[in-house]
Amino acid sequence: MKNIMKQLKEVINYTAELNKKNFEIVVVGTSLGGLQALTVLLADLPQSFPLPVVIVQHRHKSSQNRLTEFLQQQSSLQITEAEDKEPIAPGRIYLAPADYHLLIESPWDWEFGVDENYFTGWGSAAREPIDNSKSPIGKRGNPTFALSTEAPVCHARPSIDVLFESAADAFGEKVIGIILTGASSDGSQGLAKIKAEGGLTFVEEPASALCGTMPASAIANVEVDWILPLSKIAPCLVNLLTLKN
Amino acid sequence: MRETHELETIEIKLLLEGIFRYYGFDFRNYALASLKRRIWNTIRSERLTTVSGLQEKVLHNPAYLDRFLLDISVNVTTMFRDPSFYISFRNKVVPLLRTYPFIRIWHAGCSTGEEVYSMAILLQEEGLYDRCRIYATDMNELVLKTAKTGIFPLKQMQEYTQLYHQAGGGKAFSEYYTAAYENAIFRSSLKENIVFAHHNLATDTSFNEFNVILCRNVLIYFNSSLQERVHKLFYDSLAMFGVLGLGHQESMNFTPYEKHYEAIERSDKLYRRIK
Repeated sequence: MKNIMKQLKEVINYTAELNKKNFEIVVVGTSLGGLQALTVLLADLPQSFPLPVVIVQHRHKSSQNRLTEFLQQQSSLQITEAEDKEPIAPGRIYLAPADYHLLIESPWDWEFGVDENYFTGWGSAAREPIDNSKSPIGKRGNPTFALSTEAPVCHARPSIDVLFESAADAFGEKVIGIILTGASSDGSQGLAKIKAEGGLTFVEEPASALCGTMPASAIANVEVDWILPLSKIAPCLVNLLTLKN
Repeated sequence: MRETHELETIEIKLLLEGIFRYYGFDFRNYALASLKRRIWNTIRSERLTTVSGLQEKVLHNPAYLDRFLLDISVNVTTMFRDPSFYISFRNKVVPLLRTYPFIRIWHAGCSTGEEVYSMAILLQEEGLYDRCRIYATDMNELVLKTAKTGIFPLKQMQEYTQLYHQAGGGKAFSEYYTAAYENAIFRSSLKENIVFAHHNLATDTSFNEFNVILCRNVLIYFNSSLQERVHKLFYDSLAMFGVLGLGHQESMNFTPYEKHYEAIERSDKLYRRIK
């Protein structure tokens, strides 16, 4: 009995902790079998879904907009390919364009940290040092997308690791990372980074995935928060995010 | 976690400030997310552990700088990248260019030159090359050296041949190069009207007036304020009705010069200066 109470308490604490986090972004990575998996995942996201969803689906470098058009038919949320410097808006779904890495640029304006005067203001020795001991450096701006044509990572461009790592870097614990079906190990490192920053991690159950390699690799690499069959992932996500409000 | 980010960001800012002050290369307004990746890749490949460690190496050992510049700038490029861009260029821009007696083209951020040679091939096939002068510039002397040779790895020719045909090329692609060992040496007639030169978009100014400016997948590495600087530079360097070609996922949206251009072909990011 004592044990059950303890477990219950743990669950309550865990949920309370999640609620404090105010998640800001969902990142999804998938490869082989991803088209079908995304169809299921996106169809279950309601029009009121509060966060931006950013997706890397491994694809051929010359694949055109057809992926976007196809997925749009399955979703009530607007789906577009991310453009360079585009502001990231909530309730929208973004796809990494073919043949580019997609990254997220931090919403923090770090320019403030080391400003011009810091280096050029030698003359004004009496200048008060900036007190940033309590508040983070810089001020909050808009998060935007950034693209890169750097070499493929794990043979992939777009690479899931690149997106996930930059999301963890930009949003810290406010990231939800999801790995779906796939035949490579891309995404494992990125998911580990999301977890290390305190974000929440989901992986599709390998046994029921179209191709379990990528989910299994992620599970081997990361202490994943939720391992779920595909059909349960979106409902769980929606529950988690709407419970808070 | 936030504290380590804060420290890392300070270290990166110091590194970039140091390199700018000491060597004059200005990376301070590069887009941070991908720059950070490349800095860490460099740190790992040099078997260092911190950004400050890299700073010491680069500042105290000038020989290190060349390697750093190569690692930090992105020099991954392909002949006829995005074939539809070349098709649109053939169909929509070439007819405009035919009306000019002399055509000046600036290829900004040309890296190792693959796209410059692609454009030279297109212009030759359209019978315009003899009236053209292409200024191909990059901030990195080492990649310019490669670009000047016009020699590319033979193993890539299969892919390039495919892209060439998708881009509307009608000849046998092998007519343009001679295979020698592992290399494809491109015909020297393609180089005749190309001037390769050093130019840094972050610090240098306009140097001529152009009918066409091509700058594809370069601006994605800059933050918005540096992008704005470069857009001003392009605007100031383009003749009226001159053509600006950007990368596939780049656009004039979110820039102050949006209204000064009209789209010739929106999906292939070809614009024309109208103001």
